[in-house]
Amino acid sequence: MTKIKSLADLKKMKQELQSQVSLREKSDTPEGRVMVRVGMGTSGIASGAKQIMEFLIDEMDKRNVDAIVSQTGDMGYSYAEPTVEVTLPGQEPIVFGDVDQKKADDIIEKYIKNGELLDGIIPANYETIDKNKS
Amino acid sequence: MKDISLHILDIAQNSVSAQAKNIVIDIHEDSGKDKLSILIQDDGRGMAPEIVQRVTDPFYTTRTTRKVGMGLSLFKQNAQQTGGDLTVESEPGKGTIIKTHFVLSHLDRPPLGDMPGVMMILVGGTTGIEWYYKHRVDDKEYVFDTREVKEALDGMEISEPSVMKYLKDMIRENLQELRV
Repeated sequence: MTKIKSLADLKKMKQELQSQVSLREKSDTPEGRVMVRVGMGTSGIASGAKQIMEFLIDEMDKRNVDAIVSQTGDMGYSYAEPTVEVTLPGQEPIVFGDVDQKKADDIIEKYIKNGELLDGIIPANYETIDKNKS
Repeated sequence: MKDISLHILDIAQNSVSAQAKNIVIDIHEDSGKDKLSILIQDDGRGMAPEIVQRVTDPFYTTRTTRKVGMGLSLFKQNAQQTGGDLTVESEPGKGTIIKTHFVLSHLDRPPLGDMPGVMMILVGGTTGIEWYYKHRVDDKEYVFDTREVKEALDGMEISEPSVMKYLKDMIRENLQELRV
């Protein structure tokens, strides 16, 4: 891969990046995309949430999954960190707990690609992180 | 926390939660003064003086999901254990400044860690926030400013996984340059 160091390089790389991205079947509305949020509170970070998020970003890119990966504050599930919330288009969000690299891989391959449910879902009257917080 | 970059990720997350629009992260490794300084400044909602006083107390948190808040307490403890300290300045409606310093050569000082990865996560995961990250090693400096990055991207999303990976590489290359 070419090294990029300056914003000028980034501009040059932009076209290449854009063509990669447009190869995917991409929906224009954010609602049509898979939303993945990694719990990045203190307990999440201490349990390895950063590595899980980097893994998800890398793999979504490599496997051409049209997803937005972002981080969010503490979900309040410190006993089950790292936690990952996945919202498939048109579905209720689901939170996976105790996510390691293997489980993150399963989340992409089984849940996101095929809609198969996995172990380790945090049940409950869970709405979304924002509603759950104060 | 294994390293300082994870503390920065954690503390900057507070700024995000405080609805900041602009966040500054300024790291200065000064071997002359044997000091590693870290400043995190935001224009979020800020805190009242009585909260500022208690914010590094591990049994105080503004959160309602549980009753402890370890982030700032852990960072402060880590700094103090290596001859440094952490201070909090904040004003409601204006924002918050967290200043931390470590003795650079102290044996127990945690390593700085993976700042490129941390910046990628912060920047890519918070599209509505502008980040200004300055990293100085003695008299050399590198500045990463999302305003400039977004201009260079010209409409392409900064949250696109492939863009995020590129930005991480870009920051890493530039930080390495500071140590040459």
